[in-house]
Amino acid sequence: MKAKDRILYVVFVSLVAVVAAVGIGAIVLAILGANILQTYVVIFTEPLRDLFGITEVLVRAIPLIFVALGIAISFRAGILNIGAEGQIQMGIVAAAALTIALPDVPKVVLVPLGLLAGAAGGAAWASIAGYLRAKLGVNELLSTVMLNYIAAQLYGYLLRGPMIDPAELQTGSGTPQSVRLPKNAWIDRIIPGMRLHWGLALALVLAVLVYILMWHTTWGFKMRASGASAKATRYAGISVESCLLSAMILSGAFAGLAGAVEVMAVHRRAIEGISSGYGFTGVVVALFGGLHPAGIIPASVFFGIMLVGTDMTQRILSIPANMVSVLQGAVILSIIAAKMVINDPYTQEKFARKLKSFGKSRGGSSGTPHSGAPEAPRGGHKGGAGVTDVTEVGQ
Amino acid sequence: MSVVTIILNILSIGIPFSVSLLLASLGEMFNQRAGVFNLGCEGIMSMGAFAGFMSAYFLQKTALGPYANWIGLLLAAGIGVALGLLYALVTVTFGAPQGIAGIGLQMLGTGVAGVLFRHFVGGVAGVPGLANLPIPGLVKIPYIGSVLFNMNPLAYAAFIFVPVSWYILYKTPWGLKVRAVGAAPRSADTMAINVRRTRYQALAVGGLLAGVAGAYLSLGQAKMFADDIVAGRGFIAVALVYFGRWDPWWILGGSLLFSIAQSLQLSIQVLGISFPYEFAVMLPYVLVILVLSFTRGSSTRGPAELGVPYDREKRI
Repeated sequence: MKAKDRILYVVFVSLVAVVAAVGIGAIVLAILGANILQTYVVIFTEPLRDLFGITEVLVRAIPLIFVALGIAISFRAGILNIGAEGQIQMGIVAAAALTIALPDVPKVVLVPLGLLAGAAGGAAWASIAGYLRAKLGVNELLSTVMLNYIAAQLYGYLLRGPMIDPAELQTGSGTPQSVRLPKNAWIDRIIPGMRLHWGLALALVLAVLVYILMWHTTWGFKMRASGASAKATRYAGISVESCLLSAMILSGAFAGLAGAVEVMAVHRRAIEGISSGYGFTGVVVALFGGLHPAGIIPASVFFGIMLVGTDMTQRILSIPANMVSVLQGAVILSIIAAKMVINDPYTQEKFARKLKSFGKSRGGSSGTPHSGAPEAPRGGHKGGAGVTDVTEVGQ
Repeated sequence: MSVVTIILNILSIGIPFSVSLLLASLGEMFNQRAGVFNLGCEGIMSMGAFAGFMSAYFLQKTALGPYANWIGLLLAAGIGVALGLLYALVTVTFGAPQGIAGIGLQMLGTGVAGVLFRHFVGGVAGVPGLANLPIPGLVKIPYIGSVLFNMNPLAYAAFIFVPVSWYILYKTPWGLKVRAVGAAPRSADTMAINVRRTRYQALAVGGLLAGVAGAYLSLGQAKMFADDIVAGRGFIAVALVYFGRWDPWWILGGSLLFSIAQSLQLSIQVLGISFPYEFAVMLPYVLVILVLSFTRGSSTRGPAELGVPYDREKRI
């Protein structure tokens, strides 16, 4: 297949995938009796109307970048971490507990300390699943899901019990939340009056670091090798188990960091619902961004728009905000299906043939000879005769 | 309260609790025996619970009222099959990675159920649900009669389905096909068994059972619907298949163990032994992790090609 045909093929398959994902959303909207086009327009343009909307999109994108970077590391290493939701909550707990305990430490020390505590909290929670997978062969998808449920309960217990704001008990309102973090632990906001904060800079720096780590260090190579082919990696003398464990821990650290940044920059106290699904959206973002930092950043912004946009449809069109979960599910299914089709040499070849015959029939009607004639023999391969050719295409 | 009453109390709550886990796990067992790992079970159960609830909620005051629950079950089964086939399209036809596809299906299912529920119902609303059907005569047996023979019809059907699914899996040509495409798809293909079609069929059956399992939650157990009604039972069902070594009887044992542990925790709270309720809610999830950790050996007994998309053209 020629390079030009290949691009056309990728674009075509991606378009079909987009149509499928949008179509699933449209079916649900049709059942709701909503105006489908208007809803999509509101979701994707309304957040970008003014500066406030744009900053809110970025506020949502920041935790998504952190989480998705971690998930990309784990997926690349061959361990599917879908426990980011729980790891975020453990990061929030660790960061909040540490900074509340040390209110008098100067800001230059306390902010990094809080971030580190958050990362450590997330890493510790992830290490449970990592250890179980590496040592006992426990399926990490199941263990991380279960750890999400456990973390949610633990988080609720801590906010209602040991960590609750004493003022809540005095007034008797009993809202499950911690005391406000000390001012020295606050991450500053960039624009006065908006929630956009310097966590954005940290996220971008870490994206570059992850790229260097995964693609320009031996350690990163080991990770990617163990994900691509565990057998070959083991044969090369690399311990796949330790790769899995360290990828999981690093992945959890990123999720924990997301939690720490959220609590120190946006909410400034531990409350219920801070993580609000970032852990799962992060999985979609990581896949949508091709498990690569350069893709994850735009993907995070895109899903930030979607999160703010679905909030707006709830207010403007009274369409429930968990519409975002429908769209995310549809996006995951269509992305992974499209990826398989794109990498399938047989469909590629078939597409090239179709394209050729389409070109021919058009050429025939206008009476001019087909310009692509030299390639004709390749398009003519069928069945067994094409196999060697096709495997070359697949590389 | 005597010890006997306490135990009977625990059992009479625990045994009906196990039905939704049992149905979903048996469905997942068919999926996994055919070599497909379906983590989307959670999403299918959500949709099933929603379909069952909606039908009962909207039909209860119409002429179809007396049949509302059964129409709901049929609807749930139908939606389960549809989602199972959607999953088959993604994982069997396109050969996409099954772990991630499952998460996608889970998000889609829970999302759609949540959106439609909030739009059409919104708040808390109950339905009469399935009534208990005491079996005449048997229910009079001292002690166990009231525990075992006073459940709703769907629960009896689920327990009867255990030997039925054992028979299907081990004694019918279709069961053999399912096991073959899960253990050795290439050999099955050589024997003219259509691997893709068999996997599609197994996923449809799995989806059907997961849908009904969901409907049991909303119609038989909670008699209401909420966004988080399934609360991870779909994932627990998947874990139970590992625990149950891909065998219907072991799966029955696993689901009973789980739900009785849960009702034990409830009765401990009722007895006034107080501890933070969050820890009580955590219990089943902790139990899943422990169970998975201690059944590591069972992975060798699983279907050999579990989770591997079959590619006829792959050179070996």
